[in-house]
Amino acid sequence: MLSVDKDTFQVEVLEAEGYVLVDYWSDGCEPCKALLPDVEALAEKYEGRVKFCKLNTTQARRLAISQKVLGLPTIALYKDGQKIDEVTKDGASRVNIDAMLQKYV
Amino acid sequence: MSDLYDVVIIGSGPAGLAAGLYAARAKMKTLVLEKSKVGGQISTTNEVANYPGSILNATGPSLIARMVEQVEEFGAERAKDHVVEVDFSGKIKIIKGEKGEYQAKAVIIASGATPKRIGCPGEEELTGKGVSYCATCDADFFTDLEVFVVGGGDSAVEEAMYLTKFARKVTIVHRREELRAAKSIQEKAFKNPKVDFIWNSTIEEIKGDGVVESVVFKNLKTGKITEYYADEEDGTFGIFPFVGYQPLSDVYSGKIHMDKAGYIITDDDMKTNVEGVFAAGDIRVKSLRQVVTAVSDGAIAAVQAEKYIEHHFGE
Repeated sequence: MLSVDKDTFQVEVLEAEGYVLVDYWSDGCEPCKALLPDVEALAEKYEGRVKFCKLNTTQARRLAISQKVLGLPTIALYKDGQKIDEVTKDGASRVNIDAMLQKYV
Repeated sequence: MSDLYDVVIIGSGPAGLAAGLYAARAKMKTLVLEKSKVGGQISTTNEVANYPGSILNATGPSLIARMVEQVEEFGAERAKDHVVEVDFSGKIKIIKGEKGEYQAKAVIIASGATPKRIGCPGEEELTGKGVSYCATCDADFFTDLEVFVVGGGDSAVEEAMYLTKFARKVTIVHRREELRAAKSIQEKAFKNPKVDFIWNSTIEEIKGDGVVESVVFKNLKTGKITEYYADEEDGTFGIFPFVGYQPLSDVYSGKIHMDKAGYIITDDDMKTNVEGVFAAGDIRVKSLRQVVTAVSDGAIAAVQAEKYIEHHFGE
């Protein structure tokens, strides 16, 4: 999984072609940390079809809010730079993230 | 199908971890299952001031980390899985997870509880978009913004105090005239210049396009409805409901006796109506739901499970 920050987000996500998944997490978010291994497993499953990125929002608050992310964990799916779907909070489980990806990929 | 465990513990919050510790220390083959975050509800609590004997400046995560160390020290196994079905009908209990199936001589249910929703329109749609049940997860999005905390108990007031470290203003919205929280926490809240109160009110609706933009309050005494809009510069504000908890007991429905709200009924020894099945922690019918009572339940359940196994499986 590629770690992005407020400087690299534009290029790696908003200017990318194809499917990009962004895992929004933060230092203080325990549920996010618990979810990470599941997201990493999905990154392997979708290797070559979806680019998996993670963004630590602790240093990128304005960026997260500009992407309409105000709650963690949020897992958002982008296509050609546009956000097309997302799951958040209790809805962000391995099963649901996989189901979301299966809809498009 | 897994090996046959002596005890399988469902849930790794304080109740499950304490049970795991005691069970493993009694040399029982023990497995603790967890569907998402180890530590359960307390893992998202920043400050834990009232757990007797905790080190100075204990946090939810630090307390849980120590419990996990102890569980592993004594040799209990832990696995990440989400239990979707249970079969308590036979002498060997079967637990079906998303990832695997487990067999056990005894089971300790420590699945805990989850925050209750307010139940108003817009709440679900705007969860994660301004509505949050986890202050430690989301407080920093609201740095220098306003937030509303709904509730009047310990959780609401404590989380409101935590939010004052980030938000410009914290308003506690409570449906009664006075708070239920412990007096010492109430005093801190009243003294804090960032904390304001809206009494005798509930939230009728949460509105916004993609993020929270306004909230509708109803005064229960006067019936008056008011709508509060986000400051133009801010663009949004936070709403943190802390209005109680509901037990995570759906998977046990029909298999074990519960009360009307879904809490599991046990005796003083943590025994449910099914032989070999015990319950510990917030999921039980009880008068006080705290870490200290959860760990006590876990220890009792593990010791009782050991007695049950000796008696029924003859060691």
